[in-house]
Amino acid sequence: MQILLNGERFATDARNLDELCAKLGFAKAKVATAVNGSFVAASARHATHLTEADEVEIVAPRQGG
Amino acid sequence: MYELYGKRFASRMLLGTAGYSSPDVLRQAVESSGAEIVTVSLRRESARARTGQGFWALIEQLGRRVLPNTAGCRTAKEAIATAQMARELFGTNWIKLEVIANDDTLQPELFGLVEAATVLCADGFEVLPYTTEDLSAAERLVAAGCTVLMPWAAPIGSARGLINKPALQSLRAYFPDTPLIIDAGVGTPSHAAEAMEMGYDAVLLNTAVAKAGDPVKMAEAFAKAIEAGRLAFEAGLIEPRDMASPSTPVAGTPFFKIDHAS
Repeated sequence: MQILLNGERFATDARNLDELCAKLGFAKAKVATAVNGSFVAASARHATHLTEADEVEIVAPRQGG
Repeated sequence: MYELYGKRFASRMLLGTAGYSSPDVLRQAVESSGAEIVTVSLRRESARARTGQGFWALIEQLGRRVLPNTAGCRTAKEAIATAQMARELFGTNWIKLEVIANDDTLQPELFGLVEAATVLCADGFEVLPYTTEDLSAAERLVAAGCTVLMPWAAPIGSARGLINKPALQSLRAYFPDTPLIIDAGVGTPSHAAEAMEMGYDAVLLNTAVAKAGDPVKMAEAFAKAIEAGRLAFEAGLIEPRDMASPSTPVAGTPFFKIDHAS
């Protein structure tokens, strides 16, 4: 399945957002997620199934003004 | 001391964390500024670089209250989702709400800002909106539930100072009890002092400190200017006047003759 991960095409067989985060090594990382423009809480990642062409954002803390 | 959303602060300087030459310079600048609140952001995390994980460790070391922003968001929808991600990531319901209209001015998009503020305040966020000096937008933001307003002085990073001072004075007079923080466009400590002399409650800075030749020294310079401006406001400034008025007593001036005075 092809998804858009942080704006780039990405092939994955992860069934849900939790699995995708784990495959990327983010299981215990300080990250937050959104799918198709809407926030997905950490507690809801497992129940968030991924489908073809989903747009996934995975973000972390960064410097800001 | 002043209060933002029920929290009291002694320092009236808020400092951004972006653009420093190294994490160590950032850490020292925060120290020398005395800032109790630092702004942060969130960005896409790469599985390889994991940049954000290291930055989070640095933020924890700083031990300051964090104010996450929604920098770069163009619509209310983007800003709302970003604020929700920030709340989970940073464990705070404070959000510096930015909805940006265009790249050249980075000016607030006021319609989207009010829309996002309305949704976020209702969702339990404590919103600090980055806005302009526009009074009607300020009224809408307060009606939405914002108890702090953050008008710009000038476009972000422009270092031009208070380019619409009369309007900022009106805003101050119009909202005497709402904490007002100057956010963006401040270039010099004297700009910051000027805002504080006008009765603004605090100043939020980033570029003017981060890009200074010596950011650590500049952070201290701003802290002192902000404190001086606040003291001057509390002390009560004299009114400017058109004509001279002698400060030395006129009575008893030596060699004084009555025709000198005509």
